[in-house]
Amino acid sequence: MSWVGRRLPRYEDPVLLRGQGSYVADLARGARILRFVRSPAARGRILGIAAPPGAQVITAADLDGVGPLCPRLNRPDYVPIAQPLLAKDRVTYVGEAIAAVLADTAAAAEDLADGIAVEIAAEAPVVTLDEALAPGASLVHDRAANNTVIDARFETGDVAAAFASADRIIEFAFLSHRQAAMPLEPRGALAACDPATRRVTLTASTQAPHILRTGIADILGMPEADLRVIAPDVGGGFGQKMALPPEYVVAVWAARHFGGAVVWLEDRLENLTAAFHARDQRLALRGAFARDGALLALDADILCNVGAYSNYPVTSGVEPLMALAELPGPYAVRNYRVRARGIATNTCPMAPYRGVSRPVITAAMERLMECAAASLGRDALEVRRRNLITSFPCISATGIVHDGGSYREAMEKAAEVVDVAGFRARQRAARAEGRHLGLGFSVFAERTGYGTPAFAARRMEITPGFERVELVMDPSGSVEARIGSSPHGQGLKTVLAQVLADEIGIRPDQIRVVAGDTDRTPYGWGTFASRSAVLAGGACKLAAMRLRERLATVAGQELEAAVSDIEIGDGRAAVRGTDLGIEIRQLARAAYHQSHRFPAIAETGLSAAATYDPPGTFSNACHVAIVEVDIATGGVAIERFVVVEDAGLLLNPMIVDGQIHGGVAQGIANALYEEVVYDGDGNALTGSLADYLVPTLAEIPGIEIHHLETITEASVTGAKGVGEGGAIGAPAAVLNAVADALQPFGVGIFAMPITPQRILGLLRQNRSPS
Amino acid sequence: MKPAAFRYFAPRTLDEALALLAEHGEEGKVLAGGQSLVPAMNFRLARPASLIDINRVAGLDYVREQDGILRIGALARHARFERPVAGGALAALLPRVARHIAHWPIRVRGTFAGSLAHADPASEWCLIAATLDAELAIASRRGTRTVRPSEYFVAALTTALAEDELLTEIRLPLLDRRWRTGFAEFSRRAGDYGLAICAAFLRIEQGRIAEARVGVGGAADRPSRIAAAEQLLIGSDGGNTVRREAGRIAAQAIEPLEDVQASAAFRRDLVQAMVERALAQACGS
Repeated sequence: MSWVGRRLPRYEDPVLLRGQGSYVADLARGARILRFVRSPAARGRILGIAAPPGAQVITAADLDGVGPLCPRLNRPDYVPIAQPLLAKDRVTYVGEAIAAVLADTAAAAEDLADGIAVEIAAEAPVVTLDEALAPGASLVHDRAANNTVIDARFETGDVAAAFASADRIIEFAFLSHRQAAMPLEPRGALAACDPATRRVTLTASTQAPHILRTGIADILGMPEADLRVIAPDVGGGFGQKMALPPEYVVAVWAARHFGGAVVWLEDRLENLTAAFHARDQRLALRGAFARDGALLALDADILCNVGAYSNYPVTSGVEPLMALAELPGPYAVRNYRVRARGIATNTCPMAPYRGVSRPVITAAMERLMECAAASLGRDALEVRRRNLITSFPCISATGIVHDGGSYREAMEKAAEVVDVAGFRARQRAARAEGRHLGLGFSVFAERTGYGTPAFAARRMEITPGFERVELVMDPSGSVEARIGSSPHGQGLKTVLAQVLADEIGIRPDQIRVVAGDTDRTPYGWGTFASRSAVLAGGACKLAAMRLRERLATVAGQELEAAVSDIEIGDGRAAVRGTDLGIEIRQLARAAYHQSHRFPAIAETGLSAAATYDPPGTFSNACHVAIVEVDIATGGVAIERFVVVEDAGLLLNPMIVDGQIHGGVAQGIANALYEEVVYDGDGNALTGSLADYLVPTLAEIPGIEIHHLETITEASVTGAKGVGEGGAIGAPAAVLNAVADALQPFGVGIFAMPITPQRILGLLRQNRSPS
Repeated sequence: MKPAAFRYFAPRTLDEALALLAEHGEEGKVLAGGQSLVPAMNFRLARPASLIDINRVAGLDYVREQDGILRIGALARHARFERPVAGGALAALLPRVARHIAHWPIRVRGTFAGSLAHADPASEWCLIAATLDAELAIASRRGTRTVRPSEYFVAALTTALAEDELLTEIRLPLLDRRWRTGFAEFSRRAGDYGLAICAAFLRIEQGRIAEARVGVGGAADRPSRIAAAEQLLIGSDGGNTVRREAGRIAAQAIEPLEDVQASAAFRRDLVQAMVERALAQACGS
């Protein structure tokens, strides 16, 4: 029986559950505390910074010649914006770091920071998309005309003709308010400079240690060899920790400049206001439909409020370009026109967050399907059925290959599971009692596990993608796998051990996966974009096949048989069709301690490596939410949540379910609860967990998961990525369910989160049932 | 997220505590459960120079019935009210209210009296005290006095307590079995600050409401009884129509707070819904 496919408990868990994990803060004993003085103004000129005498303070003047941070896309419609590590002459958002102080304790550092007087000549900020795009708006950066930092357009087919021939045109504006990634552990960086070698070890809460090393070394003008980056246990990242924070660079600079160890431990207020935000997006969407429900053409104008700066390495283009490329989703529309812009404002910068744009575009597309169906008097599932891609492989309107999936089957299965007809009867009965139940579907396909080709299409100066794995079997027969990916809670070490165990013929507990240390692992890109199970898993499989061949070579010689006759499994190598065999640990011992006898593997010994760089594979799912809306309060309770997911071959079904649970919870948060709010002066009003409403267990329903398994050759393990799907699909299902519940009132649901206040506002506009 | 430096005192007797309060005046702050004060200090929104921790003061941790009064000592924790502490109409009501107060770890530390001293507009206990017209016993080195909620609650986070005073006891009238109760709260998440809360107490005689107490919290800067709604209810049968009208009156009577969670209009809608629901419970429908 294979190890892949088992619900193997995670090797990561005993340590974490016992509180024995090592996070940055656990490792920082003895380090001096670095604290940032942050801008209280959204926009203005710095007139002066005054520090109490004797205070150890770092300002932009100290960092003269260092930096700036300037992530780039190699495309003419992108405006690179240089970000100083500490604000130099101007501040551009509330929370921007202006200075840093060093002290022996956190309390002393806060005292010191409180004592720094920053004089700012405040100016009226541009906070919203409308303000930023208004004629004559002040510019956040002089280089970015119309506050536009990226302006990408794409058109294929004959959109105008399709609209001209349409039976029905559905159009609306869809708005997603701003969200924060909210990792349980805020960001943190411990930088220690070795006095003898001047080498710095940066222990940081990050998803991408190698790219962090590159970024910091480039900015500080030091060889990468002089910097070691360690990602210890990381308490969640969700994308926020793949972007390079200027604070981490300052920490390394301070360790080099002052010597010794310094640590920055972000607090929750900083994380909610000055770490990266996401999702602030508005789409003007138009769909041309034929009478039978066929989507003839799609036309979209997408605006992303990307905040004051870009982010390294993926840039502020990440949200608009993702939206542009993937808006059509699982639907086979051939005529597609889109303009996607990133708009700078005096707000906290954006970075990827679980799903990147797709939670928003999926919600918009799924609202479009529902509105089209209502307008055409057709069933919404029928309209989707008419448009879903069913023949694979399929090249999308934007040139992306859908390798194979169960787009339609997942929807049919979900409809069967929730018993749509039965629900409708229950809904009618409830309405007669004045209760408002709603059913919402969300169908989507998610591009996962993509390597350099997909990133190269975005024309990034730094093109991520491949993953490399290096395996070494030691003389006792155990294997160490060194990976470039950097798991931070996903259970990847367990999953990779399962993949490796099957190929090498040993147990997963004989495999130790080493990650998150640039001194110990090959250069890789980290863990993000639903990639690690596919890419690191694929590289593991390829490397393990090579190691297996080497073991077979040793076994063939020991058993006096042809290598092609050797079978490996269950800790043994045997000659096929005989009872001749030898244990793998004996082969390992011989390969090392009798190496002179095995010239055929003299070059490699029992090591192997592989790099995997695939084009990508689509997973897909259908989410269904059943909600009850309280029309007196606007409160929404989720009664049932069903996911039918197709993530290809499930390497560890328990871990896949865990990824879906967490993603759905964040998607529900996106749909109903979490919202970063700025006032008109650019002050962040949601700086604590009393105001930024992360749902608790009480608000999240049980999540019922069903799996389909479409296996394609686009992934060598057969696995597809599943890290983001939950977050991508859930908002659309919840929004459609709320809209369905409120259907008698004739209100349109085109914004998220759809809060009680917004629901009552809509109902107030239209009190009486139509 | 670390407090500014402060001096810490842990008196053992009420006299010592009152002496420290008198000595430190506006620089001093009482620490009981600390569930609002400590976060405020960590945010450095509160910077008391001296903390006077009353947790070791003997004789303050009690809840007892006496002469038709429920006496609640300064160190009685929220969690204590999750089980019935009183007979009569409060027996079932107080546990229901207690479960709306934040989360379990907070309820085992935070105190009833601390909530009243802090006077957050969304405090459930402030609402109960206001609706039942509790007697609040206050002590200082200057002596003792009692105040009623109508004078005690001045504004959000502002009370009639002087710098040197300690709220030592809350006295709730025990309502007999003829009273029926209702409680409704709307918050965004389980345990969040209520955006609108209503506590209703009705004494019903021969199918008619003979006495009514209707209090609203969470929606304005302090909890208050809604006299016009009470007047409307008295003498009525407490039916659907009158309950709805009472809700409408309450929604108009308050001066709603506006914040990042709720506009004034939304708060009025919520007040109407909560008043109707609390009254429906009290009327048993």
